[in-house]
Amino acid sequence: MKLLLKGARVVDPASGIDGIRDVLVDGDRISRVDTSIPAEAAAGAHIVELGPSLVVVPGLIDMHVHLREPGYEHKETVASGTAAAVAGGFAAVACMPNTNPVNDNASVTRFILKQAAAANLARVYPIGAVSNGSNGEHLAEIADMREAGCVAFSDDGRPVATAALMRRALEYAGMFDMPIIDHCEDRSLAGEGVAHEGFHAAQLGLRGIPAAAEDVMVERDIVLAHATGGHVHIAHLSTAGAVRAVRAGKSRGARVTCEVTPHHFTLSDERLRAPLIYDTNLKMNPPLRGDTDRDALLAGIRDGSIDVVATDHAPHHADDKRVEFDRASFGIVGLETAVSLCIDGLVHAGVIGMGRLVELLSVNPARILKLPGGRIAPGDTADITILAPDLQVIVSAAAFRSKARNTPFDGWPLRGGVAATFIGGRVVFANAAVSQAAGLERREV
Amino acid sequence: MSETASRLRGKDLLGIADLDVSEINLILDTAEAMKEVASRSIKKVPTLRGKTVINLFFEPSTRTRTSFEIAEKRLSADTLNIAIAMSSVVKGETLIDTALNLEAIAPAIMVVRHASSGACHLLARTCRAGIVNAGDGTHEHPTQGLLDAFTIRERKGRIAGLKIAIVGDLLHSRVFRSNILLLTKLGADVWACGPPTLMPPGLDRLGVHATTRVDEAVDGADAIMMLRIQLERMQGGFFPSLREYFTVFGMTPERVRLAKPDAIIMHPGPMNRGVEIASEVADGPASVILDQVTNGVAVRMAVLYLLAGGGENEAAA
Ligand SMILES: [Zn+2]
Ligand SMILES: [Zn+2]
Repeated sequence: MKLLLKGARVVDPASGIDGIRDVLVDGDRISRVDTSIPAEAAAGAHIVELGPSLVVVPGLIDMHVHLREPGYEHKETVASGTAAAVAGGFAAVACMPNTNPVNDNASVTRFILKQAAAANLARVYPIGAVSNGSNGEHLAEIADMREAGCVAFSDDGRPVATAALMRRALEYAGMFDMPIIDHCEDRSLAGEGVAHEGFHAAQLGLRGIPAAAEDVMVERDIVLAHATGGHVHIAHLSTAGAVRAVRAGKSRGARVTCEVTPHHFTLSDERLRAPLIYDTNLKMNPPLRGDTDRDALLAGIRDGSIDVVATDHAPHHADDKRVEFDRASFGIVGLETAVSLCIDGLVHAGVIGMGRLVELLSVNPARILKLPGGRIAPGDTADITILAPDLQVIVSAAAFRSKARNTPFDGWPLRGGVAATFIGGRVVFANAAVSQAAGLERREV
Repeated sequence: MSETASRLRGKDLLGIADLDVSEINLILDTAEAMKEVASRSIKKVPTLRGKTVINLFFEPSTRTRTSFEIAEKRLSADTLNIAIAMSSVVKGETLIDTALNLEAIAPAIMVVRHASSGACHLLARTCRAGIVNAGDGTHEHPTQGLLDAFTIRERKGRIAGLKIAIVGDLLHSRVFRSNILLLTKLGADVWACGPPTLMPPGLDRLGVHATTRVDEAVDGADAIMMLRIQLERMQGGFFPSLREYFTVFGMTPERVRLAKPDAIIMHPGPMNRGVEIASEVADGPASVILDQVTNGVAVRMAVLYLLAGGGENEAAA
């Protein structure tokens, strides 16, 4: 089956394209990208008239999500999580291993991939645990998990416990040129903290997690990456100090990359007071930081120090959040709000252009995890996301495909959304509002 | 000139943060009238007759609970004391479940003490009953702040312009948080002093002078408010030993002499004698520690009256 996407703005930094193009898809591949592809050259194709208000980009990749299966299927399953992913514009997700059992061996990896194949929505790339049970003691069977399909290793939910383990993980995974993704948090400094240590937590009487808890761990990891030649990827960095450390590490040649979440660049700890005080949907780890940290994240996004935007999609059941703040689970969902927060808060706000956004959400995650995708060129798999930058969106948690509703953005009006998601040339999501308003419709030639 | 409101805006008293100056003055003025009741031979008024007040304590506190209970009885309320060990919460009944079950009794007020900061806010959003915060985690203890302010006003005639030194574990103290909000709103010059390991960040943003030098904090002070050191903090490594703590921060007669000659000494209790305060100071002529206990009942009567007994609220009930 052929598909001709006509007249949209194509933004594909990997091929150096930002302009009005036609894109011809043949089966599961992209066959041609050109300023104009005449109908006769696309005989038998469905023609989709998009127009210049829509933006065709390489399928988005969220390299940090929690799908909760196996073990916590009441929070999310691979099927519900990937449904949320495609509705959020993501053609692929990489899922963290803190399931029950932990994805620390090939049989769990194969189970996740089997569930993903059955759901047949977003592509799923499992991330294996660094250590058995993610308990920070012995290296897990990294080669075996790689063989089964893992694309990186992480003890996320926790930091890689010791410097010695981190060193060995970087050396061992380095043999396969695979990254270690670290949740950077010195637990002795973070203690029982539940919010960013600063003025607001102090006044609200919430135990603080100091910025230094993140900074010292990021510095440790960069020192070890430099020493071993291994690749460390810093998950969800949140502090000005971490941005500085990554910038300095890159400039002295350490193999370090990093990601930031939409909630960390959108919100700061001041939000804990209003409009709702002690809203447990603002409890995440790392916590929402101060305004200067948030400014530093935006600067890092602008100057390229930050490589990736990832959601850290962390679905929880309502019962885990309708409790006292210090008893509530950490984390919020992110798959279905990420694109709107990015377009509204980064592109329309003038922080970056659309090309840089595509690097953050597609090109760089593909490069870091060595995945197919991240480009729209003849021969590539036809994973495509169509963005609607001017779409007026009201976030509605009740309408999420995710099983979970734990978001602080419910009811937010945002400018920018997803029009459609294609995986291997197949439409897996189409936004009804856009198909009507912007003419996203299929026609026979 | 003091501005005074005629009623409180909310159904709850969750913290000093939510009160404006006129509401604070209303509570303090009402407490004066309530204190007069306590001086009568029959210390009881029918204000809350037929209304139920539940004292819901998730954390043991004999002093605060007793003070509320006496206040409720003097106002002729039907009182119900419910103490819940945190272990039963661990078994699965959530805070909201517990409160909604109690709402079946249709209480006018629930007085709540809880180990988690913000627990009272969660209840206030969920329950029809008025919620009075009797201490939530390390957040606020508003009636303690109000009784402290009442005691200072009673002794000094005013609060604006006074230098007030608060000394001790600032980081974990809900009394401290309520007091800085209240005393700065009323125009006092507040000095906060303690070890740097027990000092929360951002004190300057609250309009407080922060210092680790106790002599500087008490120098020329009109009131010295000591905070309790929780003995388990020593295990947390916040300071090396109780002995060293007393040497550096303990309130001794020598240090009291740096304050104004008519300075008063306060402590929310229970005291660790010889840790944060010397016995000579605690029992000395400048101590108003027992007045604080007496005034606590009057202030709590005022709060309960304004939330559950006021004319307008009655019409609405
Ligand atoms: Zn993490
Ligand atoms: Zn995570």
